[in-house]
Amino acid sequence: MSQREIIATVKKDYIVDLAEDNKRVDARDMDQYRDIRIQTGWAENAEGSALVDLGKTKVLTGVKLEKGTPYPDKPEEGVLITNVELSPMAHESFESGPPGEEATEIARVVDRGIRESEMVDFGKLCIEPEEEVWMVHVDIHILDHDGNLIDASSLASVAALLSTEVSEEEEDWKLSEFPVSRKPITTTFAKIKDKIMADPCLVEEDAMDARFSIATLENGNICAMQKGGSGTLTKEDLLEAQDLAKVKSEELREKLD
Amino acid sequence: MTKEPEQFIVDGKRLDGRKPEDMRPLTIEAGVLEKADGSAYIELGGNKAIASVYGPREMHPRHLQKTNRAVLRCRYNLAPFSVEDRKRPGPSRRSTEISKVAREALEPAVFLELYPRAVIDVSMELLQARAGTRTAGITAASVALADAGIPMRDLVASIAAGKVDDTIVLDLQKEEDQLGGGDMPIAYMPQKDKVTLIQMDGNFKPEEFEEALDLAIQGCKEVYEKQRKALEEKYTKVEEK
Repeated sequence: MSQREIIATVKKDYIVDLAEDNKRVDARDMDQYRDIRIQTGWAENAEGSALVDLGKTKVLTGVKLEKGTPYPDKPEEGVLITNVELSPMAHESFESGPPGEEATEIARVVDRGIRESEMVDFGKLCIEPEEEVWMVHVDIHILDHDGNLIDASSLASVAALLSTEVSEEEEDWKLSEFPVSRKPITTTFAKIKDKIMADPCLVEEDAMDARFSIATLENGNICAMQKGGSGTLTKEDLLEAQDLAKVKSEELREKLD
Repeated sequence: MTKEPEQFIVDGKRLDGRKPEDMRPLTIEAGVLEKADGSAYIELGGNKAIASVYGPREMHPRHLQKTNRAVLRCRYNLAPFSVEDRKRPGPSRRSTEISKVAREALEPAVFLELYPRAVIDVSMELLQARAGTRTAGITAASVALADAGIPMRDLVASIAAGKVDDTIVLDLQKEEDQLGGGDMPIAYMPQKDKVTLIQMDGNFKPEEFEEALDLAIQGCKEVYEKQRKALEEKYTKVEEK
């Protein structure tokens, strides 16, 4: 084993030992999120944007609109395109280049949360059926990676969409405002040694068996879920996470106001 | 574009005549490829897929080796002709994500720690797709791993539950998947009673989630019986030779 691997193993054992006593490396409660800060309108050349700090994780989402052709199976609907950039500045393991497995998964999980919640009324984003619609680009930049990129990215993207305004001078823009309504909130839980904890930081992610993300709507309904990691979850774990998601999503949703 | 039927369930029967808790016809055959160390063929409704396994073998390039366990590499691939509109060959964002979650669904079942520095390559080739391809691929891949003689804690069985007309149903077919109210594929180790994959999109009430979970787990137990039978059939045949 290399020195690096030994250190990783020792760290992991430490996190697992703590979890057994319902303790966490940063002294949080098992169901406690790190501090959250949301700054909307941060990127002034984007139609919508939000910079989110989740503890030491930092994510910036910019929303840009451009005209394009609709999908043949939805000729009268605007298009959502979600992309995640794991910037090399965010972690030593990130390299520049096309999106890999991790970036692709985050982008698709965030995309599903937005799409399935129907928070954006894509029917209103049609300019000319079968010809031209608005394409909504949600570009997520990970700037600092200290764990739980799914929740930070999702929160930044929902906040950015809620803050989106299109200039009246924009040609073909006929709506009085960007058509958003609901606020889906994604909450993620890690399982470490039979314990479920909210909002894992990076060292906890390195030690976790599995994680489980749930996107919840205002009425408590679930619109998307995703398990990650190479371990397993029991039915009880999943139901516990579901209960926690209901409480935690309400807490996070208040931060959007 | 698929036209939305007025009702998905009439007199307790779904569009294809199934009851809510029925899965589509499922057949699995182990050991269908000559060269691969392990393989399996699956048909689930209109889905047709082959899974293959090579390894454990030495991992190249060497810097990708793990000193304490084998690496499981998974590839999920839709053939260009497997879907209605031709799919451009090569990986897509969708296939990249499915390859990742499929790997994470299979890893818990394999004794990877027995093969440090090695790699086990799993390939899932979807030759005909009709909703539920990831569950079919994972189910076949698990049989292929066992067929390759790789030590496993359990088989991994996979099937989806979903919602149509406010009813929770097992194993969505194409129209139900495209126009229904939610789809939740899971993978499950029946002997260990552990979930190894769960994804969901749609709109579930909290109580519907639990109902769907129970139904999907029940479905996985049915799938597991077919997996076992496929392996038993292959190995009894070998004995008779």
